[in-house]
Amino acid sequence: GNRHDQEKLLKQSCTLYVGNLSFYTTEEQVYDLFSKSGDVKRIVIGLDKIKKTACGFCFVEYYTRTDAENAMRFINGTRLDDRIIRTDWDAGFKEGRQYGRGKSGGQVWF
Amino acid sequence: STSSLESNLEGLAGVLEADLPNYKNKILRILCAVARLLPEKLTVYTTLVGLLNARNYNFGGEFVEAMIRQLKETLKSNLYSEAVYLVRFLSDLVNCHVIAAPSMVAMFENFVSVTQEEEILQVRSDWYVYAVLSCLPWVGKELYEKKDVEMDRLLNQIDGYLKRRQKVHVPMLQVWTAEKPHPQEEFLDCLWAQVQKLKKDRWQERHILRPYIAFDSVLCEALQHNLPPFTPPAHSDEALYPMPRVVFRMFDYTDAPEGPVMPGSHSVERFVIEENLHCIIKSHWRERKTCAAQLLSYPGKNKIPLNYHIVEVIFGELFQLPSPPHIDVMYTALLIELCKLQPGSLPQVLAQATEMLYMRLETMNTTCIDRFISWFSHHLSNFQFRWSWDDWADCLTVDLEKPKPKFVREVLEKCMRLSYHQRIVDIVPPSFSALIPAEPQYHYKYGDESNSSLPGYAVAIAVGNAIKNRASNEEILTTLKELPNPNQEEDDDEGDGFNPLKIDVFLQTLLHLAAKSFSHSFSALAKFHEVLKTLTESDEGKLHILRVVYEAWRNHPQVTTVHFPCTRISLPRLYTARFSVLFYVWEILHSTIRKMNKHVQKIQKELEEAKDKLEKQQHKKQKDSGDEEDMEKNSEDEDGQLEEQIERLQEKVESAQSEQKNLFLVIFQRFIMILTEHLVRCETGSVDINTCWYKNCIERLQQIFLMACELLPACLPNACSGIACEDSSVASATAASVRSRRYSVRKMIMKQQEPRQHSPAITRTGTVCVCANGTEERGEDETNQWLELSQITIIIKTCPAKKHGEDVCVGVFPHWPAATLFIQGIVIRGGGHENDAVNGNNGHK
Repeated sequence: GNRHDQEKLLKQSCTLYVGNLSFYTTEEQVYDLFSKSGDVKRIVIGLDKIKKTACGFCFVEYYTRTDAENAMRFINGTRLDDRIIRTDWDAGFKEGRQYGRGKSGGQVWF
Repeated sequence: STSSLESNLEGLAGVLEADLPNYKNKILRILCAVARLLPEKLTVYTTLVGLLNARNYNFGGEFVEAMIRQLKETLKSNLYSEAVYLVRFLSDLVNCHVIAAPSMVAMFENFVSVTQEEEILQVRSDWYVYAVLSCLPWVGKELYEKKDVEMDRLLNQIDGYLKRRQKVHVPMLQVWTAEKPHPQEEFLDCLWAQVQKLKKDRWQERHILRPYIAFDSVLCEALQHNLPPFTPPAHSDEALYPMPRVVFRMFDYTDAPEGPVMPGSHSVERFVIEENLHCIIKSHWRERKTCAAQLLSYPGKNKIPLNYHIVEVIFGELFQLPSPPHIDVMYTALLIELCKLQPGSLPQVLAQATEMLYMRLETMNTTCIDRFISWFSHHLSNFQFRWSWDDWADCLTVDLEKPKPKFVREVLEKCMRLSYHQRIVDIVPPSFSALIPAEPQYHYKYGDESNSSLPGYAVAIAVGNAIKNRASNEEILTTLKELPNPNQEEDDDEGDGFNPLKIDVFLQTLLHLAAKSFSHSFSALAKFHEVLKTLTESDEGKLHILRVVYEAWRNHPQVTTVHFPCTRISLPRLYTARFSVLFYVWEILHSTIRKMNKHVQKIQKELEEAKDKLEKQQHKKQKDSGDEEDMEKNSEDEDGQLEEQIERLQEKVESAQSEQKNLFLVIFQRFIMILTEHLVRCETGSVDINTCWYKNCIERLQQIFLMACELLPACLPNACSGIACEDSSVASATAASVRSRRYSVRKMIMKQQEPRQHSPAITRTGTVCVCANGTEERGEDETNQWLELSQITIIIKTCPAKKHGEDVCVGVFPHWPAATLFIQGIVIRGGGHENDAVNGNNGHK
């Protein structure tokens, strides 16, 4: 969609994109950490498009916006599996977005 | 040096004065907001207002009026902490020669006169007294200089009030049950002691930063205003006064090894520092970096051991009962930021604090221990789990159920959840291996060939294949059909029949196949929801599902925690099974309560929005003119639809609230059952009731009570049927300790042998005996009576039971002072005197 729609989605979103995960970080670990800011609705672990293995990112969806905001405030920039993870607002998980977009199958980093 | 502050204030005053003709209202609004929202900068802004008043008398008057209006608003809106900040601001304006001292004293007199109200709620008069006392560090000196007779009278009145107050609630709010090394004082008692000491020191106070002193020559030329007479607003049913609290102390002057000394617990400096630090957190909690920076740049920090104060205030909030002022994880993030900003000093203080908390685990409240565990494990996960575990080797020498080893076990469990099993093995010394959690693994009994003789083994394989081959629900149920029902007789009962073997085989197999991750498990459960429903129509069936899940994931509690809410089963049944000891069971319980609450709130919100919409529409209708006929028809339709929607939502809200009430009631009921069983078992075995389990369980129950207090007011109807309250004058005496809400609750009646009379001995403390006829069945509630709670506290018959099954008549109310009595009653019941319970003594600690 256009930029205005995108911004609107982000402002209402309950979903976070989480980056810089270790490739070995499990769904259970993500659940445990992110449950500290509220009940997690679901987690989608990002996968290497070719190998279909975890490749360092995931989506965390909460039931309420407030819970997601608190994750942005207090979990973003702290460590999981000894790595400082980064969270960002996400417009919402859609099928297909769980795959890395890099040419070799992994995730692209900025 | 404050010279730049002074020149800034001077400059700002000049600028604002010039702006007054054009922007007066805006300036008024901003200054009022600052008074309300930046209490840590109180004296800076009162100085500013003082300077403006000196230059423009009218403005000063208008500001005072605006503040009074704002004060009324905040009180009406239940913003009690902001109201305190406003009153304090006004009182400091006396120091700035904006407000005349006598009129401030008059306002304080009106506040304190609230304590004379009839049938008053203690929390109401508490707040007014607190408001007055908490201003005295700032303005006590000035008021005493001008009006010492009146002030003495005021303080005497307060003294009398404090002596009369009920303090039955205090034990429930204390973090530690022990008095040493630091008593956990009730907040008003502590503040009173601090004010008395200040008075003895002739109101000399040296900690507060007072910029107005530098401007004294200017300010004392200003004309002062009189506060308009302020009548405290009358009590209303909507009023939600702040809950009482206990002052958290963990450090004293012996703890800071070098540098400035920590002010004593009854010094007014201690009060002011803690107040200011709390205010900073309140202002900045959303931005942890700013919050940490603001805390560390506290003015006057060189004269106090600031790191210790900060750590103490933060833990005080984290451990506050019933709940912290802000979300738990905020405190973890804040402490991490503080460690980053002061890497050479703060981590050491934090380690010292952790060590102290560990040493005092035996007497720490169970809920607080939970929070300590959560905080510590999360904190460690940010610092590579580095900790001197060997320092805690003493925990290896005692029974594993004792608080210290239990704490370490649960910390390691939580650390494992944030990492993985081998990591935990690596971080602790080998001597700690008994405390390392089991490796989380799914336990599939039908997967082990040595179990091939188990009934259902062959069918399990068949079911597994059926699922893998995407068989339909009917096919799966057919596969299960051949399994015999081990509960053959129960099959004959109507509606009670369920086949535990079928459930076991199906669910175990399903979860085994889906064990890869949570997502897999959730999808599996969702996909086969219908099959599960078919197998478990009864409550007993549902309970069996829980048992199976528990057994299967015994070594992976986290999964169980996440699964239960997802399987949509009525949770309270869980507690008839003996799960109560396990840590994560409480997570499930609290999670259920939380979810239920969110559910209720969500529907309430929808209802409010629909009502607003209707109001707006009707309002619009009134304003519009135009083609009346057409308009009327359309709007009637729209209104009709909305009204229908509102009616539906109203029903939804009521039904959700009723579910929520039910949840609490069933939880209470189960608690009573298991607690009573424990007491009876101990008595018949002549064993001391005070096991670790018992302390744990009682404190869990307390916490649920406190949560119910917080959550239920929103949902309970005001009217309820009458109650056997035999002595209403006694009841009104207890009203002082009751919150304004009226709670209805179903009475839970246990086995009783004869109806009990209201014993006159009880009236001494003003509790009322509420009893009813007993029933044959244990745990059955025959009467189904709803009782009006507003004036009642509970009673528990505490005569030590001579024989098994003797009366445990219990009326339980989710009302905190009463709940304390209940808890104390249970504590005392094991061996204390009936009078102890009656007098509310902690006889049996």
